[in-house]
Amino acid sequence: MPSGLIPFPFHLFSFHHPSLSRNPSHTDLRGEQREIMLSVLALTSVVLLGIASQTTAIVVYTSWERHALVGTDVRLSCSFFSWQWTSPDVTFSWHYRPDGAKEAISIFHYAGGIPYVDTKGPFRDRMEFVGNPSRRDGSILLKNVDFADNGTFTCDAKNPPDIAGSPSHVRLFVFEKVPVQAGVITGAIIGVVLGLLILIVAIYYLMRFLVARRVFSLSMSKHGRKGKGKEGSQQKQAGPLK
Amino acid sequence: MLAILLATIVLHLTDLIILFISTCANAWRTDGVRNYHLWYDCTQKNGEADCSGTSDADWLQAVQALMVLATIFCLISFIFFLCQLFTLVKGGRFFFTAVFQVLASLFVMSGAIIYTVMSPEMKNENDAYGYAFVLAWLAFPLTLISGFIYIVLRKKE
Repeated sequence: MPSGLIPFPFHLFSFHHPSLSRNPSHTDLRGEQREIMLSVLALTSVVLLGIASQTTAIVVYTSWERHALVGTDVRLSCSFFSWQWTSPDVTFSWHYRPDGAKEAISIFHYAGGIPYVDTKGPFRDRMEFVGNPSRRDGSILLKNVDFADNGTFTCDAKNPPDIAGSPSHVRLFVFEKVPVQAGVITGAIIGVVLGLLILIVAIYYLMRFLVARRVFSLSMSKHGRKGKGKEGSQQKQAGPLK
Repeated sequence: MLAILLATIVLHLTDLIILFISTCANAWRTDGVRNYHLWYDCTQKNGEADCSGTSDADWLQAVQALMVLATIFCLISFIFFLCQLFTLVKGGRFFFTAVFQVLASLFVMSGAIIYTVMSPEMKNENDAYGYAFVLAWLAFPLTLISGFIYIVLRKKE
């Protein structure tokens, strides 16, 4: 094996053989460390390049679900991740499939720097483009949502030449009264109680630690009870004051 | 003395098992074919179970939290008991074990009371309380008795 590729541990062992008469020079050691760092760096960059060259698919991100009250405005966010730079030909398109329908209709399209908003469908005059395509944000704003707007919204983004990827869905739920999400109160109660428990235990150990460090002066009793000790010391201090 | 120790351990383990079953089994109410609360709403259809999450009522989440906390505290008190069994001085009391066990019984009591008060009315004849509900109410006096035993128990040689 060429010397540059000798595996890490063997190289060090051969170097650190303790012979008392001989001092390994510092420059040799630094050269060793530099070789090791360079080889690790080379490995990492090869791995990263390998990952980069494989995943050229575009990845579109939206929320999973959105809950909204009747009559409020909902912002559906859509973003994407791509290894290419953001091209000027980036396109965003939104489709809407009502609950129970089989087909999705197209409600928004952004191409060539111009947003095209739905003017004939269910969202005419209610939709606004609030995204920033140069920052990879293709979000739309739905105003004054109603129960008929329940459904699945699909965002598809394309960043030429990176066009292979699957769109992402967000479900819209419109409520009269927004219910408490499952598990929020449960988690809050459990968290608070366990937090208090940990706090009490921490304070207990802190007091014991402070007593041991004689921050509070102790009178030694047979059982070493801290309570009695503190009271005894308080009485002792009160005595001379009187 | 060994008999008392064994009986105490058996009681504590029984409490722990009852609390675990009551918390994890999804059978606080049953409707004949459908058993629901505390976590899911499952309907039995031809041998298959069709489950959905329970409605996110506030009181139900509080009951969930209290039952989980009671189980956790019972477990902690058991671990404390085993620790204190070996590290306590002679003549000492199992103070922390008792505290956690009594707290666990208080949590179970609160959870069972909240569930009893807030659970919806019986709609038809098949609607009844399930076994997990009964176990929760059973766990309350058992953990309380166990806690009091630990208050009274002293380590002897």
